[in-house]
Amino acid sequence: MEQRGGTILAVEHLTMRFGGLLAVQDLSFSVERGQITALIGPNGAGKTTVFNCITGFYRPTQGRIALTNGTPLSRPLLDRLTGSSLRHLREGTNEVFLLERMAGHEITAKAHVARTFQNIRLFSGMTCLENLLVAQHNALTRASGYSVLGLIGAPSWRAAEARSIERASAWLERIGLIGRADDPAGDLPYGDQRRLEIARAMLTDPVLLCLDEPAAGLNPRESAALSALLRTIRDADGVSILLIEHDMSVVMEISDHIVVLEYGLKISDGSPESVRDDPKVIAAYLGVDDAEVAGAEAELDATVAGRST
Amino acid sequence: MRDARNKPLASGRPATIAAFKDAALVGLATLGLGFPILAYRTEQNISNQLIIEPRWALAFSFAGLAFALRLAWLMTSAGRSSIPTWSMPVLSKRAGDTISRAGLGILLAYPFLALWITGPGGAIKWIDNFGIQILIYVMLGWGLNIVVGLAGLLDLGYVAFYAVGAYTTALLSTHFGLSFWLCLPLAGMFAALWGVLLGFPVLRLRGDYLAIVTLAFGEIIRLVLINWVDVTGGYAGISSIPRPTFFGIPFNATETGFAATFGLEFTPLHRLFFLFYLILALALLTNWVTIRLRRLPIGRAWEALREDEIAAKALGIDTVITKLTAFAIGAMFGGFAGAFIAARQAFISPEMFVFMESAVILAIVVLGGMGSQIGVAIAAIVMVGGTELLRELDWLKAIFGKDFDPTQYRMLLFGLAMVAIMIWKPRGLISNREPTIALGAKKSISSSLVREGHG
Repeated sequence: MEQRGGTILAVEHLTMRFGGLLAVQDLSFSVERGQITALIGPNGAGKTTVFNCITGFYRPTQGRIALTNGTPLSRPLLDRLTGSSLRHLREGTNEVFLLERMAGHEITAKAHVARTFQNIRLFSGMTCLENLLVAQHNALTRASGYSVLGLIGAPSWRAAEARSIERASAWLERIGLIGRADDPAGDLPYGDQRRLEIARAMLTDPVLLCLDEPAAGLNPRESAALSALLRTIRDADGVSILLIEHDMSVVMEISDHIVVLEYGLKISDGSPESVRDDPKVIAAYLGVDDAEVAGAEAELDATVAGRST
Repeated sequence: MRDARNKPLASGRPATIAAFKDAALVGLATLGLGFPILAYRTEQNISNQLIIEPRWALAFSFAGLAFALRLAWLMTSAGRSSIPTWSMPVLSKRAGDTISRAGLGILLAYPFLALWITGPGGAIKWIDNFGIQILIYVMLGWGLNIVVGLAGLLDLGYVAFYAVGAYTTALLSTHFGLSFWLCLPLAGMFAALWGVLLGFPVLRLRGDYLAIVTLAFGEIIRLVLINWVDVTGGYAGISSIPRPTFFGIPFNATETGFAATFGLEFTPLHRLFFLFYLILALALLTNWVTIRLRRLPIGRAWEALREDEIAAKALGIDTVITKLTAFAIGAMFGGFAGAFIAARQAFISPEMFVFMESAVILAIVVLGGMGSQIGVAIAAIVMVGGTELLRELDWLKAIFGKDFDPTQYRMLLFGLAMVAIMIWKPRGLISNREPTIALGAKKSISSSLVREGHG
């Protein structure tokens, strides 16, 4: 089933306006299957807004956000879906979802896009194990016969429950928290909470995992462990990742593809090397010195003068 | 005043002076607050004029009392540490099971114990006023606990579902002659339907707004019951609702009655025993279903919703369905309780479903500890049993003189008790959360980590 390459998520002409504020302006980029794509930019560039549009927390003012399951994005199918009033369309093994038409929970349940949050949102009063079971809610609800089989304790439900506990335990083992399975999530140290939130998102069976600043507040050692975890999610689980991150060491190390935003506009898009050397990106992050501004103005004047003649 | 308590009152003069200052302030505040109530009293004199009678001695004695109490509080050890909060000892699973089994045994034997100890005359009071009355509120508390305690949705109109269940039973049995055993599930279904109807408009509301709309819903139902006279009988209510039968055998003194059928001497206690075991069974059903549901995906989704709605949505949980099921299932148990009350009283009227009932049920859930089954049961016993017990305070007349009427002070004592519990146990009697599942041994979760929901 795992096919490398090909677009999994295509964001086209995305615009998000809050009153008079244009948070995101005509943004287009794509996320490739089996890759880690990073969305970076200075504070207030509109990165989290893009995330919220993709995961259904905001409805974009304009634009199309298409996600495909399984196979590379089929353009004719996407065009047909866009022309219809449907939210998703299937043709053979090809299935395309228009995320801007779907409600928040459907995006996770049907299109299989999972996300984490900038300020960790674990269920702090529930144990680590319970957090990971809640993530398997939709599969478990079906297994519990919409609570009827579960209420009478049917064997099929018990088996499904045991399997879900096994899956949760396997993830707890993987993130090194199996010893704290029965502790409330709110009691964990910060770095552990970040990893638990990623594991919880992974247990919704995503094809695309959206991480909002997963390395924020982590020390260098925890950051390195996080990088390793994200790589195994990409390579072993075959899940594509879209992440927002400020920690450039993490971004440059693990990203296959970087998109840079500033003031809601895309200023650069490409491989880590090309983005690192892009003068626009350097200017956005470090600012520009006066000599360069003067040079740019002179260039602009020359262009204008050239046009007017 | 708060910092005075938190500051350790070190030995020596400054601390004493600080305590005096603080107490003096409290005394002054009492004088200021009590001034309009205590210092003057309006009286009619002989020529029927309204005069003001000064009562300065009373006002000053109250201020003095406040000063003295505050000073005593600050100077004794109680004032030095922060307010002591005790936590329930964590019980092992076996100890917990033993307690539950013992409790169940006592409940099953309760009517016989009451009969044995107080005799046939006294037993009526103990089974009816205490046993049945408390169990009704235990059941209502457990039903509301699903909505408030698990799903974290503050519902101030729960009594509406109780009313729907009661009126469903009353109307179906008086108009169509349906038996209690048919009315019971129908009452639950109708109440659940109304739960969903309430759920839809309030899905987007949170906190105070949700509370106000649910409160209004409760009032709307009551006003409809009052004003739709053709159907509900208005203020007069519905009377001569058929009593529940022992699976078809009525509790009366006739040839075909319960006593005659089983060769017993007729006594009204038979019906009471039956009603007691009926409400006990209904309450235990509520408890069993709640405990089961908590361990199912739907129950975990309710708790996830209470902890963090946005995160729940991000995990693909349909929050609309989740909220509606919480409202519907909570309402269903309210409807069962309503069916029971209609059959027990044989008479219902809108007066039985006033806001005060919702408030008492909510108070039971909050005092018991939101989400805790055993806490809610204890709170129901304390609140309902306590208010009933306060009716029996005749011995206080010996202390305060013949004119003292203890029933007048019932609500005052009740309010004081609630304030006390909220000071010492702000999250309810049993505030720790029991995890629904564990790989190893279950450890209860401190209430400081558990969220109360957004409304």
